[in-house]
Amino acid sequence: MDNHVIVKIKKIEQECSDIKTFWFEQELNASPGQFVMVWLPGIDEKPFTLSSIGNESAISVQKRGIFTEKMHKLKEGDEFGVRGPFGHGFHFGKTTKPLLVGGGCGNANLTALAEMLAEHGKKPAYVLGARTADLLPYEKRLEKISDLYITTDDGSKGEKGFTTQKVEELLGKEGFDCVFACGPEVMLVPLLEVCKKKGIECQFSLERFMKCAVGLCGECCINGKLVCVEGPVFDKKHLEQLTELGKFARTKSGKLVDLGEYSKGNKC
Amino acid sequence: MGLEFKTVFCGKKFPNPAVLPSGFLGVNAEVLLRVLDEGGAGAVTMKSIGLVEREGNPNPTVVPWEHGVINAVGLPTPGIENLNDEWQGLNGRMDRVIASILGGSFEDFEEVAKAVAVHKPALIEPNISCPHAKGHGQAFGLRAEDAAKVTEKVKNAVGKIPVMPKMTPQAHDIGEVAKACVDAGADAICAINTVGPGMLINIEARAPVLANKRGGLSGPAIKPIGVRCVYDIYEATGGEVPILGMGGISHGRDLIEYAMAGASMYGIGTAIHYTRDLDVFGDVLGETEKWMNQEGVKNLKDVVGVAHK
Repeated sequence: MDNHVIVKIKKIEQECSDIKTFWFEQELNASPGQFVMVWLPGIDEKPFTLSSIGNESAISVQKRGIFTEKMHKLKEGDEFGVRGPFGHGFHFGKTTKPLLVGGGCGNANLTALAEMLAEHGKKPAYVLGARTADLLPYEKRLEKISDLYITTDDGSKGEKGFTTQKVEELLGKEGFDCVFACGPEVMLVPLLEVCKKKGIECQFSLERFMKCAVGLCGECCINGKLVCVEGPVFDKKHLEQLTELGKFARTKSGKLVDLGEYSKGNKC
Repeated sequence: MGLEFKTVFCGKKFPNPAVLPSGFLGVNAEVLLRVLDEGGAGAVTMKSIGLVEREGNPNPTVVPWEHGVINAVGLPTPGIENLNDEWQGLNGRMDRVIASILGGSFEDFEEVAKAVAVHKPALIEPNISCPHAKGHGQAFGLRAEDAAKVTEKVKNAVGKIPVMPKMTPQAHDIGEVAKACVDAGADAICAINTVGPGMLINIEARAPVLANKRGGLSGPAIKPIGVRCVYDIYEATGGEVPILGMGGISHGRDLIEYAMAGASMYGIGTAIHYTRDLDVFGDVLGETEKWMNQEGVKNLKDVVGVAHK
């Protein structure tokens, strides 16, 4: 689907204090981890991974800037444009004992993955993390289909601490064969270290500023890789080569800046 | 593939004549090197470099349609001050790199050309043809005298590095503009930049698709325009000036058309989207070689400009 299709919002769910899920009737033939470009005419166009896949699709939107605030004001019956799906999703065919690790809005595509794994009879373990209890999304959906472990930075729900601590503990006890993760890079970098230390395979979904989504403009590159077509999901072998991970990203102008400056400027 | 594709262009040697044009993937040194080493392109062009940082236009900026791509990226650039990582990354490979430069005034062009020349790219390509950045690009390429003045300023600023202005098909007489550039010192001509501007309207949204509303067209739809422009330029310059031809080259047969019109290097950009990877450079050259074998053409040079005879 090269061009935008205008879809009608069928249902809106408030997942947690800052994330809403928008359900729309459009079969996208996507796999978990793939993304769509979401268009609000006159406002902007931004990439979002699919938080549900099937006859009905869904995206989840965290409120953090002009575009996402407009999204949060939409009502059921309102419309927006989508094109996609784009990129490579998670490769989950070979895993028999998966461990999923999500931080904040990074849980969107992992929840879609968890549902897909459960459908295929591979109930995953899931470490769901957020800063505080009111920022935890998808808890109800995940309870039903996964062995769910919750961590919050402040201990307001589940175990106090970071997802990586819980992951280290779980990897020591059980024979997982792959870690699937999405979340802030400050979480992904130590998680990659844990996976390297334990010698376990992993796949992380990454995010960079995006324009074309089809591998032409090069704006979304991390090191020499194009996140839009070669990602957004990368496996361990490639992740280990990404020296910019957790450190640098490119702004709209193409300028390479440190990740803090990038996040400040990229207030979707 | 081998000897039949070895190319000398403005005295510079390239292993083959396939070029990544400006604006595609050219943001980052590592990606450009992949286009050379994995993709097998003969040369790569850095995305147009400006004096100061520019964000470009808001999204949507690049959207594929049935017969190509429409874009209004709007010349984003980190600015000459913020490119140190890229120069460092390309160090030692600049003989295969074309540097595209942009400006909002004749003086801008001169200044940025001077700063870029320090890094010794194979060629410098003044962008006087982008149709979607107000006061830039095409603003300097529609009239022969403006195009000539940019060429002269850049030429004086860069010493021995060959200068190759990139033409806009929107010029009333592209041959005249190219000839004026050559008379002002251009060593080669690049043609063409995107066509238009055009517009796509999403009829359900009842709105133009691009945030900039208007954008340049690339891809298969514009090939006949590009071929005609290269033909015009070859004619206007007496077949004596090297031409980097581009616009809708997706297959070997397209490249050969451009050769016959008079081009001796060939840009492949939008076609990356159709194959979705960098193999397109090798594929297009492979198809070209197959045709040459069938036709008994030993060297691609032998068909350059033959459509004029």
